[in-house]
Amino acid sequence: MSRLVWYRALVVGGAIALLEALCLAGVIDRITMQAPHLIARDLFRMLVSGRMNAAIMKTLGNTALALVLALGVGVIAGALLHRVRALRDTLDPLFATYYAVPVFAFYPFFIVVFGLGDLPQILIAFMLGVVAVIVNTLNGLDRVPVVLLKTARIMKLSPIDTALRMTLPSAGPHLLTGVKLAVAYAFIGVIGSEFIMSRGGIGYEISFAYANFDNATMYPLIVLILLASVAINGALSRWEQRLLVRRGMR
Amino acid sequence: MTAAQVRLQDVRKVFIAGQPPAPLHALGPLDLEIRQGEFFAVVGPSGCGKSTLLELIAGLTPATEGTVEFEGRPIAGSAPDGVGVVFQDDASLPWLNVTDNVAFGLRRSNLPKAAKDKRVRDALALVGLSDFATGYPAQLSGGMRQRVCIARTLVMQPRLILLDEPFGALDQQTRLLMGDELLRMWRETDATVFLITHALDEATMLADRIGVMSARPGRIIDVVETHWPRERDSRIIEHAEFGTITARLWKTLREESMKTIGRAGGAAPGGAGPGAGAETAG
Repeated sequence: MSRLVWYRALVVGGAIALLEALCLAGVIDRITMQAPHLIARDLFRMLVSGRMNAAIMKTLGNTALALVLALGVGVIAGALLHRVRALRDTLDPLFATYYAVPVFAFYPFFIVVFGLGDLPQILIAFMLGVVAVIVNTLNGLDRVPVVLLKTARIMKLSPIDTALRMTLPSAGPHLLTGVKLAVAYAFIGVIGSEFIMSRGGIGYEISFAYANFDNATMYPLIVLILLASVAINGALSRWEQRLLVRRGMR
Repeated sequence: MTAAQVRLQDVRKVFIAGQPPAPLHALGPLDLEIRQGEFFAVVGPSGCGKSTLLELIAGLTPATEGTVEFEGRPIAGSAPDGVGVVFQDDASLPWLNVTDNVAFGLRRSNLPKAAKDKRVRDALALVGLSDFATGYPAQLSGGMRQRVCIARTLVMQPRLILLDEPFGALDQQTRLLMGDELLRMWRETDATVFLITHALDEATMLADRIGVMSARPGRIIDVVETHWPRERDSRIIEHAEFGTITARLWKTLREESMKTIGRAGGAAPGGAGPGAGAETAG
């Protein structure tokens, strides 16, 4: 296991070193890309100066809001659909084809309806994530053993207690898969729509820096997004791993 | 001791199942009395409605006709107080450790925390899992997980414990040992035990009385008294009566089992199997 971690670090470190060498040797010119150590320095300066704080807070805030909405609506909708068989059978094919729809195509429409504020971006991120949460909630609920629900009835748990103490924990690992997807989709939705049209946010700043050949801003922001999403997903994966090990599923 | 704790009168159960929906007569008409404090086992061919019978008494499913009473009160589609159930499938909660699994049985209890903790400790000791109190179900064997479920039922101090083939998935030696432990728990708790099993020797070894069920729709076609002493364990299988009783069960059941596999009973000459040997032994 630890040897695998080393190999992984070696691959990532090697790629960065290669990039560094190519930049220093002039194979990659400075107009195209800065050397990685300069990107790191610029990122540090940018964070210390605080000039991107408003953009970072806007993007993270909108992402968090979209995530919470997708999780809340997704889990509740999944739980309800699980109870209403006919409705679920009706919607199942739609869920299956949902991710073939380019949700971003609705963005201009949302701007027309809601204006160029945060709402269209949050809506796009929510729409991207919510179905993944619904599908994984249904999947998890399908796998709750019948014997646990009988046990809940013998113990006379209330419907809410049954949901919170039996059904949700039992479906936990599957729900976590939905959470992981929703996190990724929330970032994609918010930053993607900031790229297309926005008045602020990390995506907007990257796009603005790109248009102005401002490599000292663009690359550090890209790295910042990379670090944030990898860190959050890594933390979730570790948690998932712990759950699965405890349950003997890995 | 001999008062009826559970009374089923003229009980029938009909399910609506299949496509197109059609009534399926699963159980009855059936009359049964289970006495306070006894160990009652039920055997029957597979699919005869044994589990349905248990679910009726547990209040998990209502009877289509007739009455089911626990301690003189009718069971109306909800689990009566004082009844604990251990199912065949593993019902341990994989996200809780062994102690929390057992304490889960006291979720709705108003006991002070210290009293709850003591009950959990006592139950764990009774099923021999004290050393695994902080372990998770995934780290335990199937038999140990089933003991977790038994302990979770025992902390509620039920007056009637229903067991639905709890050892069905275990190997023979573990089953004999679990049988010993079950007998010990039964003596120490004074609860009534109602055990469903497909193993005739298990029923003979454990029970005071054994109800034999017919093929579907399940009815009680024989009730056998074992007359074992209350102090007993798996060594009772050495007893001369053990073979006689098991043979009587099989004799009744053989014909019923034949029906469920689609053959008329008694067609084979000589009647090979335990039934034949038992007649000479008896």
